[in-house]
Amino acid sequence: MPQTQVQDVVIRFSGDSGDGMQLTGTLFSDTAALLGNGISTFPDYPAEIRAPHDTVAGVSGFQVHFGADRMLNPGDFCDVLVAMNPAALKANRKWLKPSATVILDGDSISEDTLHKAGFATLDPIAELNLQDYNVVTPKITQMTQSALADTGLDNKAIVKCKNMFALGICFYLFHYPEDHAKQYLDSKFAKKNPAIATANKLAIDAGYNYAANTHQFANTYAIPQPTHVEHGTYRSINGNTAAAWGLCAVSEKSGLPLFCGSYPITPATVILEELAKRKDLGVKTMQAEDEIAGICTAIGAAFAGNFAVTSTSGPGLSLKSEALGLAVMTELPLVVVDVQRGGPSTGLPTKTEQSDLMEALYGRNGESPVAIVAASSPSDCFHYAFEAGRIALEHMTPVILLSDGFIANGSEPWKIPSMQDYPAIKPPIIDTCTEDAFMPYKRNDKMARSWAFPGKEGLEHRIGGLEKDALKGSISNDPANHQLMVDARAAKIGRIADFIPVQEVYGDPSGDLLVVGWGGTRGHLQTAVDALRDEKKSVSLCHFNYINPLPHGVEEIFGRFKKIVVCELNQGQFTAYLRSKLPQFDYLTYNKCEGLPFTVAQLTDQFNSLLK
Amino acid sequence: MSELKYTAADFKSDQEVKWCPGCGDYAVLNAVQKALPEVAEASGAERSSFTVVSGIGCSSRFPYYVSTYGFHGIHGRANAVATGLKVANPELNVIVTTGDGDSLAIGGNHFIHSVRRNIDLTVILFNNEIYGLTKGQYSPTSKLGKVTKTSPYGTVEHPFNPGELVIAAKGTFFARSIDVEVLTTKECITAAAQHDGMAVTEILQNCVIFNDKTHAPFAADAATRKANTIMLRHGEKMTFGTDNEKGIVFEDMRLKVVTIGEDGYTLDSVLTHDAHTPDTILHSMLAAMKYPEYPVAVGVIRDVEGQVVYDQAVEAQIAEVQSTAKIHNVDELLRSGETWTL
Repeated sequence: MPQTQVQDVVIRFSGDSGDGMQLTGTLFSDTAALLGNGISTFPDYPAEIRAPHDTVAGVSGFQVHFGADRMLNPGDFCDVLVAMNPAALKANRKWLKPSATVILDGDSISEDTLHKAGFATLDPIAELNLQDYNVVTPKITQMTQSALADTGLDNKAIVKCKNMFALGICFYLFHYPEDHAKQYLDSKFAKKNPAIATANKLAIDAGYNYAANTHQFANTYAIPQPTHVEHGTYRSINGNTAAAWGLCAVSEKSGLPLFCGSYPITPATVILEELAKRKDLGVKTMQAEDEIAGICTAIGAAFAGNFAVTSTSGPGLSLKSEALGLAVMTELPLVVVDVQRGGPSTGLPTKTEQSDLMEALYGRNGESPVAIVAASSPSDCFHYAFEAGRIALEHMTPVILLSDGFIANGSEPWKIPSMQDYPAIKPPIIDTCTEDAFMPYKRNDKMARSWAFPGKEGLEHRIGGLEKDALKGSISNDPANHQLMVDARAAKIGRIADFIPVQEVYGDPSGDLLVVGWGGTRGHLQTAVDALRDEKKSVSLCHFNYINPLPHGVEEIFGRFKKIVVCELNQGQFTAYLRSKLPQFDYLTYNKCEGLPFTVAQLTDQFNSLLK
Repeated sequence: MSELKYTAADFKSDQEVKWCPGCGDYAVLNAVQKALPEVAEASGAERSSFTVVSGIGCSSRFPYYVSTYGFHGIHGRANAVATGLKVANPELNVIVTTGDGDSLAIGGNHFIHSVRRNIDLTVILFNNEIYGLTKGQYSPTSKLGKVTKTSPYGTVEHPFNPGELVIAAKGTFFARSIDVEVLTTKECITAAAQHDGMAVTEILQNCVIFNDKTHAPFAADAATRKANTIMLRHGEKMTFGTDNEKGIVFEDMRLKVVTIGEDGYTLDSVLTHDAHTPDTILHSMLAAMKYPEYPVAVGVIRDVEGQVVYDQAVEAQIAEVQSTAKIHNVDELLRSGETWTL
């Protein structure tokens, strides 16, 4: 059988939302990562837990982009599509590369399933114009049933293993070992239900052997060894876990206990779940009665002297607005993690978007500035969660950390950092009163006020949502004091720019086109810029992780390019922000609101047309 | 009585108290400032361990007037803020001052869930059956038909009885007092502060400007209160009246007011108050007693110990997990699970 050397491959697992596609994809991508391949993953699933069987609406997908080197994005189009039913084939037809391999469970093709998937004829291959593709329709269900006939499991349990049969086929196609997946199945099921572990492992073997014995697959693939290896210890990580762990790192480096008050909301819930596991590190989590209680318990914990956090998504951020203003007024440190999804309202809970930026910047009553940091890949959620916590604690301010559904659920290999390399965080905590009377709103060089925890003798003070006297913190209705405090709160946020890295540009420092992005689009933007730079085109990337305040150096970078195009997954919110902050530049825009990441193809087309 | 470490004066702040002249809140502040030295003495607590948290409303100005740590939050969220504060530092003695609008309308959700969790807070619920700070709109405790600025033809909604709400949510402590009864208020708050778990004390408070005399039919003066309210104390007979001649009996599945020595009722027929029973039925009935059919119950109606206390359980769970934990720091966390080396 011919073996093709490929630099990188995109494979998409798809099926009913109960078919176990997320697990199948994760086992495949983890195997690739363990072999030292680069991976980038993209889970794409419906909002319903179990949408109607065999319908396009119920299709759940998991895309893995893997190859020799670091993968910056999960890929636009797939080389291999695994479809467990006709609906999955139909839903993903548009994501096939020309001449892609399609593995469709032959047993799933019936009049009934074709009808439910909305096919007009009984020939899905012809109807979708797939005659020139390498379509294979192995009888996955039947072969799983025969392979597992002796396991003693009932038919329902046996059929559930068909995803592992498909995984076995894919392992064969890429010459991947089965060990990792089998170890995982053992660790997950061996104690509770060893028969299930055995059956799933048998299904992997059966799929692998079937693929090896049949001549249906035109090709197998070999991924070369990585060209340059950065030595170190690696793990696979998704954005939500990385964010949760980054917050734990803040707690360790500040010496303050971590408190997280949150309410479950897609796609942010994993942050609360991960932190709830961390009682070993002393983390206190509260699943609050609602989003408002989530942030309010966090504010109470911040007053008490904890590193306080609340995690949410767009609708929850809306509910937290008033309390966020309270944190601005009381000048308490607080991190609000907003994992953005499609909006407005309930919107697209499981789909990605960057449309909460304006809400994060301005969505509160009064002059109410907060610091904003945005993560740009699954693994750097750790770093930017750390940064959000550092800024909150050292500058005594709420900080919104913007993530999104794409990087929160996506995963990639991560070279594990050492906590030695992270700085100590030093909040302006005061333990004893050195003056005649404690002045809770007296500011330091960062303009941060002093933080005195209840329980400390001699520092008793009262704070709240009413305007504060500029020193004592007592209630003040004085007009001049209000102006002073409005100015001070804004200046405090502005001052943060002196304590974050200067803005960088990727590529040449000047040129024809500067691509500007922020947050979770980094991987796609950089891949597109790389592609054009390989063609010797004059394109660079200026990608933002610090949103408010903007870092120093932005004006200088912008001034060195002929054209600037701001790309974001909204209708131009960052562009509007840049126009208000740096109105001297002309900004072109490239926006998308489809609930999906950019594709590299869309971006390169766009940039090429701007370069003409 | 021996000398206490603190006096009421130690809990008075330098802020000018700005409630309306004649407001019932003054008496409550007075009672709290008298109760705290005793609470501090009993628990060995320092003044700085007391933290007063409030929401929005007239009663929510309270923290500014108590000379310790204070947090004046936003409307309805006092219980949520206080919950975070207490969980973050269980050593603190957290007192919540809130009103019928703050905790039963906009903050109703936080209120019932704090009760359900049995978090160790001392909640003082000022019930004046009106919105005072916004100048006279009906509240969730306003009587049916109450005419206010937003109900010019009378309300068409039933009020909450805070005691029934607390007890239905399996609250472990509920007490009630009347603003002018400073000693009763002090007694209730002292017991509340020493209770292990969420302790709600409702104060029937007069808003002299927007809802004057709303509690007057049973609370106008000492004689009226003696005739029409009943002070409940654990282990004592449920008697009341001008000459203590009346009592509460349980008959035909309901409470009944009887005159001792009439119709065959003796002191023995009268119920003895058991505030400590976990059973909620009788406590709920006592809390629900409404004038004029019944006397209004004051004092500690329910005080049940030995239930799971949220903030303590959180600490215990962490200690238990840590005693056998494999992960002790972030470096170990990052290297837990599957890793590989290149």
